[in-house]
Amino acid sequence: MLVTAEEWEIVRLSLKVSMVAVAATLPVAFVLAWLLARGRFPGKLLLDAFVHLPLVLPPVVIGWLLLIAFGRSGPIGGWLETWFGVGVIFRWTGAAIAAAVMALPLMVRAIRLSIESVDRRLEGAARTLGATRLRAFLTISLPLSLPGILAATVLGFARSIGEFGATITFVSNIPGETRTLPIAIYSALQVPGGEGVVTRLAIISIVLSLGALIVSELLSRRTGGRQARNVL
Amino acid sequence: MSFDVDVERRLGDARIASRFVSGPGITALFGPSGAGKTSILNMVAGLLRPDRGRIAVAENTLFDGAIDVPPERRRAGYVFQDGRLFPHMRVGANLRYGQRLALPEHRWIGMDETVAFLGIGALLDRWPSTLSGGEAQRVAIGRALLSGPRFLLMDEPLASLDASRREEIMQVIERVRDVLALPILYVSHDRGEVDRLATQVFEV
Repeated sequence: MLVTAEEWEIVRLSLKVSMVAVAATLPVAFVLAWLLARGRFPGKLLLDAFVHLPLVLPPVVIGWLLLIAFGRSGPIGGWLETWFGVGVIFRWTGAAIAAAVMALPLMVRAIRLSIESVDRRLEGAARTLGATRLRAFLTISLPLSLPGILAATVLGFARSIGEFGATITFVSNIPGETRTLPIAIYSALQVPGGEGVVTRLAIISIVLSLGALIVSELLSRRTGGRQARNVL
Repeated sequence: MSFDVDVERRLGDARIASRFVSGPGITALFGPSGAGKTSILNMVAGLLRPDRGRIAVAENTLFDGAIDVPPERRRAGYVFQDGRLFPHMRVGANLRYGQRLALPEHRWIGMDETVAFLGIGALLDRWPSTLSGGEAQRVAIGRALLSGPRFLLMDEPLASLDASRREEIMQVIERVRDVLALPILYVSHDRGEVDRLATQVFEV
């Protein structure tokens, strides 16, 4: 099986888009998960529902909403254009935004579960031993929710690698810029004689997903032991 | 005077109120389960805020209308019913947790002394999940002592132990009482335990 330079380019682009998407989403997902797990504020139910929207809406609808928000005259797109002179439509950054939005609910869920499973009374114990609220969080709650954060990273990465509907709606199918693995496979399927390309890209997808799962399993063994495996 | 407590707090439908002034040694709060004894310890530790009242330990006011010292500055050595060791740290790291955070002038007992006092030298590299109930409770007492406390709070430290372990930990607590001379606020629903350990008993 010979993978062409063009196909490696697709893989490289997909990895870049997914990694940027996951890295950018992780802190946001953590804050949201924390608010949903521990917070008590009006509108929590609404925030919860809003975070879950990408999971239940057709991806095409998310892509269309992103198009409206990030378009040149859209509320976010116009602001980016005016202040930074950058646009994300038809760019790989746009593909990363689509992947990030689609991965967010899965990542929030995984982290939230893990924060909720941390015994809050351990933080109380840390406080009586002289830890400030911040230190108790950094030394107790954060490390104990690490398995969930790892699980969220892997889930988010897998979801991003597979993202199709929102991406193609939002940033189209531009070779070298927004043509990620699933979109390339879809495109090759439209071309007569594209079966070889499809097979090679499909195998690469399977290897990437398996690799992500194995890496997360190894990491969770090193960090959390028994707890980590329960979350995944 | 060791503990001077007069607190009130509503928790759901229950109203927890307690008032006592005690001398040195072990002050026991005795009463049935669910009477709010743990909540009173939590208020003394600063983990639960009273609706009103006053808490002072050894002439130091920890709480009244204007003062509310945060838990990390109350210097309470809290021994919980279930040990409550940090599951992601080995025994040694659990012991050092509070020690590292204490000011040097507040550390009145060292690591070697604590380990010898409680007989936990063989446990330092173990994970908390591998300890028996009695071992975990001894480590929990050590962790509390190493944080340089001015007083100890003990919440039914024998409740989760079988008879032989109870005797072992009871002796440890007697030694803490007699050798270290720290004021101890001790919560229990067991008459025999209270009669044997306590200097003074207050019913809740």
